[in-house]
Amino acid sequence: MNFDFSDDQKQLRDEARRFLTEKCPPKAVRAVIDGKAPYDRELWKGLADMGFLGVAIPEAFGGSGAGHLELCVIAEEMGRALAPVPFSSTVYLAAEALLLAGSDAQKQKWLPAIAQGNAIGTLALFEGSGNPSPKAIKLTAANGVLNGTKKPVADGAIADFAIVAARTGSTGRDTDIALYLVDLTSEGVEAKALTSIDPSRNQAEISFKNVKAELLGAANEGWSILSQVLDRAAVLIGFEQVGGSDRALEMGRDYALDRIAFGRQIGSFQAVKHMLADMYVSATLARSNCYYGAWALSTNASELPEAAAAARISATQAFQHCSKNNIQVHGGMGFTWEFDCHLYYRRSNAVAVGLGSLSYWEDQLIERMRQKNAA
Amino acid sequence: MNFDDTPQEAEFRAKARAWIAANAPREYEDELKKAALGRIQLKSVNILEVAKAWQKKKADAGWAVPHWPKDYGGRGASPIERVIWQQEEGVFGKLGALFIIGHGMCGPTMMAYASEEHKRHYLPPLASGEKIWCQLFSEPAGGSDVAGLRTRAEKDGDDWVINGQKIWTSGAHYSDYGILITRTDPTVPKHKGLTMFFLDMKSPGVEVKPIKQANGQAEFNEVYFADVRIPDAQRLGAVGDGWNVSLTTLMNERMAIGANVATGFPELFEFCNSLMLDDGPAIDDPAVRSKLANWAVRASGLRYTAFRSISALSRGERPGPENSIGKLVAGAMLQDVATYALDLQGAAGVLNGPDDAEVAGKFQAMLLRSPATRVEGGTDEILRNIIAERVLGLPGDIRVDKDVPFNKIPTKGR
Repeated sequence: MNFDFSDDQKQLRDEARRFLTEKCPPKAVRAVIDGKAPYDRELWKGLADMGFLGVAIPEAFGGSGAGHLELCVIAEEMGRALAPVPFSSTVYLAAEALLLAGSDAQKQKWLPAIAQGNAIGTLALFEGSGNPSPKAIKLTAANGVLNGTKKPVADGAIADFAIVAARTGSTGRDTDIALYLVDLTSEGVEAKALTSIDPSRNQAEISFKNVKAELLGAANEGWSILSQVLDRAAVLIGFEQVGGSDRALEMGRDYALDRIAFGRQIGSFQAVKHMLADMYVSATLARSNCYYGAWALSTNASELPEAAAAARISATQAFQHCSKNNIQVHGGMGFTWEFDCHLYYRRSNAVAVGLGSLSYWEDQLIERMRQKNAA
Repeated sequence: MNFDDTPQEAEFRAKARAWIAANAPREYEDELKKAALGRIQLKSVNILEVAKAWQKKKADAGWAVPHWPKDYGGRGASPIERVIWQQEEGVFGKLGALFIIGHGMCGPTMMAYASEEHKRHYLPPLASGEKIWCQLFSEPAGGSDVAGLRTRAEKDGDDWVINGQKIWTSGAHYSDYGILITRTDPTVPKHKGLTMFFLDMKSPGVEVKPIKQANGQAEFNEVYFADVRIPDAQRLGAVGDGWNVSLTTLMNERMAIGANVATGFPELFEFCNSLMLDDGPAIDDPAVRSKLANWAVRASGLRYTAFRSISALSRGERPGPENSIGKLVAGAMLQDVATYALDLQGAAGVLNGPDDAEVAGKFQAMLLRSPATRVEGGTDEILRNIIAERVLGLPGDIRVDKDVPFNKIPTKGR
């Protein structure tokens, strides 16, 4: 058994960490939070130059074709650094959807542009509150023309194109939903930025008025494709959450070693030690669940739906747990704008709901386990 | 990233599998599968005899404790081969419960500190299960603070004379030998005045009394020592070095992987899958699903954490610190899972036992046994200290008794 990343993949992780430590310090995250730019353009270009944007895109479409395990180790570092760039929307959602269901022409048009850092993509799924569900999709598609509104759309105001989930019928079945590929510079598209609990990442509302769009995949398979995309993204975002969990735990640990109160390091108090030990437990469980997700993703195993849901739940819990208790370990200083604790707290809670919330994935996991058990 | 054996591992697995297929006591397979947490019992047969017979059969073919050296009753298997053997032995491994302390703790301590003559004499029958060993560490005054133990050993000629009391000794009532940690010098700080021995449990002056536990069973004992004589030749390690000897014992266990640690989740999932509530199957209820999902990811997280440790062994490395979370997670889970299963049973959750309770009282037995899981072999709190100090590098607690002679430390309670 070798349930671990290879030496080459670990080397890639080290390389990504070195790159992000230099190019994406907390100062860079804060520049976006302070509204100086909608995302870190220089970092985005740097990620393209490093080959990180196209790591899971085949060479035929302008990527390096390394694979999804390589993407997982990069994702971990992106999460650790809180990179203020549209990486997850573009790489995990838009590129994965294109790879799964795009025509050759669609792939040729967008994938090389993604790998080069020249195109930002996203998935436009949600329409207000709620979790992923075919019933919640009201935006209509008739004869390739879209009408409706999507929100929130991650990175929607900075994206060049979107994969849009649209309703083509009203039979009440999943086959009513189709996916469309929309160039967001098209006439009738209007995007406006929205306020978010995590301003290091863009959130937007996009309205579509008689927008011409092309199908992505077969018209009756939209929901099925979307489910697969969400599963794949769940694993990849899970790695971002694992990276964020580890960093929040380290920050808490370092502060507990540094801070003296009552005449001793606060890390010598069991109340603090046990809190940090529990954070380590959560982070470890999440990492292990995500490793299994990575295996299932990279081999396209039939276990992927279950593995993805478990990775998603475990990683969401771990990041929320570590980021909130990191603030607790820091005490009052953890609640200042100056300390970086809140950056992790914000990100952890934003990603916890961005791909369907915990309750959605809990339901998915048990449904998938039940089906497997019945089979 | 893969789950495949190396060619060498595959060869070992095939050999183990073939031998088990031809020799395992299949007649007990179903009962062992259903065995609830706590003491394993089989209908109409004495578990001790079945377990000893299986262990002896394994020993005759060299499978008794595969990772021990051949000279001492093993077959010199590598750490990864040890794991493969455990995977293949599967449910029959439950029969090894009686030997866990001996094989996991007493044997390695003997291997590290006993004379060559003693090793050759005592280890093979320990491996084969013909002799059962226990570990005499905990005391009424020394549980988590095991170095606070008070059992005295005083030199008298070539012997040591032991007086005192041990507690929570698993299997002392059927054990032939034990390893015993004692205080040989109460005038020095507590960690420095300890010495380790091994002894014959039939020695005059040893008295074993079962402890009736909170769940009504009796897996553990109190062991009293009244002027028990142990030859100096049975000392393990130097006089005053007992603490380090005991650490060797415990470190050895860190190589063991808890790949099949009980969490209660598979049982709960199965129960919810068959249980009907007023509005339909329990497993379709969103509240039930949410609870199940939370435990599912803890159970799978532990499973894949063990896989990571096994992968380290396969590469010839020591398992990483991730291996330290198993019991902490599983212990609390068992208790929570059992509590929730009773909740789902509603009023009938109050009933107990195989005849009166739902699903043969599985969850009631789990509920009543689980508090011990969170205490035995390191309490949840001690385990959190270990993670905080050894994994995260946080400072040890301030110890007010650290440099104080043992006989000047105040005591109270048990």
